[in-house]
Amino acid sequence: MLMKYLFAKNEEIPAGSATIFFGFSSIFWFVVGTGLGSFNAAKLAFPDWVTGTELFAFGHMRQVHVLAVILGWISMAFGMTMMYMTPALGNTKLWSEKLGLWTVFMWNVGLSLGLTLLWMGITSGREYSDLIWPIDLVVIFGVLLPLGINVWMTISHRKTQGIYITNWFFGACIFMLMIVFFVGNSPELFNLTGLTEAYLTFWFAHNVLGLWITPVAAAIAYYTIPKLTGNPLYSHRIGHLHFWSIIAFYSTPASHHLMSAPLPEWLKSFASVEGVLILIPAVAFVANILLTMKGKWSLFVENIETKFSITGVLLAIPLNMQGGFQQTRAINWYVHGTGWIVAHAHLALLGMSSFLEAAAVYFGLQQMLRRKLYSLTLANLHYWFFIIGFCTYWISMTIAGLMQGAGKIYEVPYIDVVVAEHPYMIARWAGGTMVFTGNVIWLYNMWMTAREGTIVPSGRYAHELAYER
Amino acid sequence: MAFQRYKFGAAGIGLMFGFSMSITLFGPANDFRSGVSTWVGLDKQLSLGRVIGFSYEDPLVIGDGKPIVVILDKDPKTGAAIDPPQRAYVYSAGIKFSPGVNHPELLGPGVRDLSEGKGQIAQANMATGAVFTIGKDEFNGEELDYIVNATAVSGWTPAEVLSAAGDENMRYVGKGKTIYITEGCWWCHTLLPEQTQDWQFFGAPPFLGDMNGEMPTAFGSDRKAPDLLHVASRNSSREWMTMHFFNPRLVQPNSIMPRFDYLWGKKDASGNTIDFKKWRADYTAYVNGKTIYPPEVPEPARTAEVRALIDWVLTSLR
Repeated sequence: MLMKYLFAKNEEIPAGSATIFFGFSSIFWFVVGTGLGSFNAAKLAFPDWVTGTELFAFGHMRQVHVLAVILGWISMAFGMTMMYMTPALGNTKLWSEKLGLWTVFMWNVGLSLGLTLLWMGITSGREYSDLIWPIDLVVIFGVLLPLGINVWMTISHRKTQGIYITNWFFGACIFMLMIVFFVGNSPELFNLTGLTEAYLTFWFAHNVLGLWITPVAAAIAYYTIPKLTGNPLYSHRIGHLHFWSIIAFYSTPASHHLMSAPLPEWLKSFASVEGVLILIPAVAFVANILLTMKGKWSLFVENIETKFSITGVLLAIPLNMQGGFQQTRAINWYVHGTGWIVAHAHLALLGMSSFLEAAAVYFGLQQMLRRKLYSLTLANLHYWFFIIGFCTYWISMTIAGLMQGAGKIYEVPYIDVVVAEHPYMIARWAGGTMVFTGNVIWLYNMWMTAREGTIVPSGRYAHELAYER
Repeated sequence: MAFQRYKFGAAGIGLMFGFSMSITLFGPANDFRSGVSTWVGLDKQLSLGRVIGFSYEDPLVIGDGKPIVVILDKDPKTGAAIDPPQRAYVYSAGIKFSPGVNHPELLGPGVRDLSEGKGQIAQANMATGAVFTIGKDEFNGEELDYIVNATAVSGWTPAEVLSAAGDENMRYVGKGKTIYITEGCWWCHTLLPEQTQDWQFFGAPPFLGDMNGEMPTAFGSDRKAPDLLHVASRNSSREWMTMHFFNPRLVQPNSIMPRFDYLWGKKDASGNTIDFKKWRADYTAYVNGKTIYPPEVPEPARTAEVRALIDWVLTSLR
């Protein structure tokens, strides 16, 4: 069906097609990414499980897990939300449905190719920017540029007076991500070496997180929560404080990832201070959303999309409290490079961000398919598998990380740390497997929604209808 | 609240983002430029070649197009003894030079002047190949290491140096680091001791000039295993490394490192096919207490990937 629409006239493509293809692609990549994560975790707990084959070695799959989740699940879910939120907030249609479909197509092809090569070991050897530079160029010019053009044109063709905060984030973050991808991969493109390469690797890693994954996830909540509760956003002005403080502060602390490297000390101190300032946008965001919930807190229990969304917002509190302070020298020396950081990274991506996106994908797919969710029971199962699995992972890795930090500081022989961590590695694997199971349920639920969900009458929202199952 | 139109909007984003980009990019670039290459930095870039990972000369990332490090104990031209043995970096015809040779400004002030002057690196020619060594001299009252183009200075050709050394003195360092990258060793091991009590066990963190010309640095960020920057200073046994790569639990029963037996390829050093199935069966019997000794680890072939990996570990990580 995607193939048919790729060469159809723009007017003949039904509105919402791009959203639907983006949505299902993102859930598919979520299943793939968490499945790989679960498999990798099993290898850390039981190293003699599946050995002797190069392709199933931990070192060949770890980066595929990371990028499948970041560029497949999270970024495609962002693409999906941009396809339906941007026009909805401008009271207009998507600028080009056809361009949107081409973006999904290029994205899936490019990512499959890149991850296959990565799996085979064809890599640039740079963390988070592991994809080889030809694939980086596909990402910049084949994916981000068309996505950006679609969003920017839709915003400029809006029929509303102002631009809502969500669209400010969407428009700016795509632009910044393109710059980040280009500059961050310049060591490969122009053969920059040494400390410049090391610094730019983590400059990229930080900015992908700080200027793309967390702000766009927050932008999504600015849409979903007012929409689901029917309350207007508590304050646009606080929303703009969030937006402008992200642009000003959070584009700078990249070097706090390399506190032990011989980088200039002024840069580390500067990054550390700017890193603490993440608390300004974080408090603005969390307060704004939670105050928007005023009088509608029953929906946190009753409405599945709100449940996902608010869980994500609540997880932003520990996320930013950890993130703001763990990068200062006083704390970083203890936790750097330990499982604590792994736990924190999963809190950002699997916790805060993924819950917000899951809510938006649930909401947007029902809206664009014009179908009510197939089963509330399955959705609730997904939620509980997700949150219990995530918490198991997060808590076990935090404990393991603190033990590792203690081992590092008190000069415990490394092998003793490995032995002590073993139970937590098993817990990590169990938690990851629960998340994976939940996502398989989700994919089934969404597939059945497309086929058998109750049809939503025009002019109504899916969440206004009662469940039939 | 009435609607208020922004007076700056997109221009504001450009201004703010541009400002933070210039602080985080142009500021440090000035500091990095002043980094003076140390001996470690020169040794790394000369033994690794132009770039590790995906590149024109090595599109499949199997370690093609890399120089060979040779440990010389006698002058290949005159036959005079070299004591202690010295490292020569052999770039046969067509192998791309390391970044510092083509772009001497990467070497840092002083080292650049010595390398271009006494070292004659500008005369190195890729079409005919070149041999480099590391020299030491005084520059403005400071002892500095610099690159010497031994082909121009002493008349050593790549072929002569390789045949004078013989295979037992060759170290496939560039290929070894390529394997470190593709096999994802750096997802668990770091190459960056921290500025903490790490010093006590893992040795000193790298210095500013230790990375000039290296790409990628592959510091690693998530430590699930010991730091490796100075591992060969703690353990330089090739035999231990061989056993540990084949099955880490032969030497460390509690290790969670994967087995890298597939890096042996199909044949061992004497050309016999390695029977992995039988080895695994024997090993299981040993683990279950049915035999007293584990099976022998096959001797890796001369061209086996694991040989290059161990070469890199023992030569570079000191």
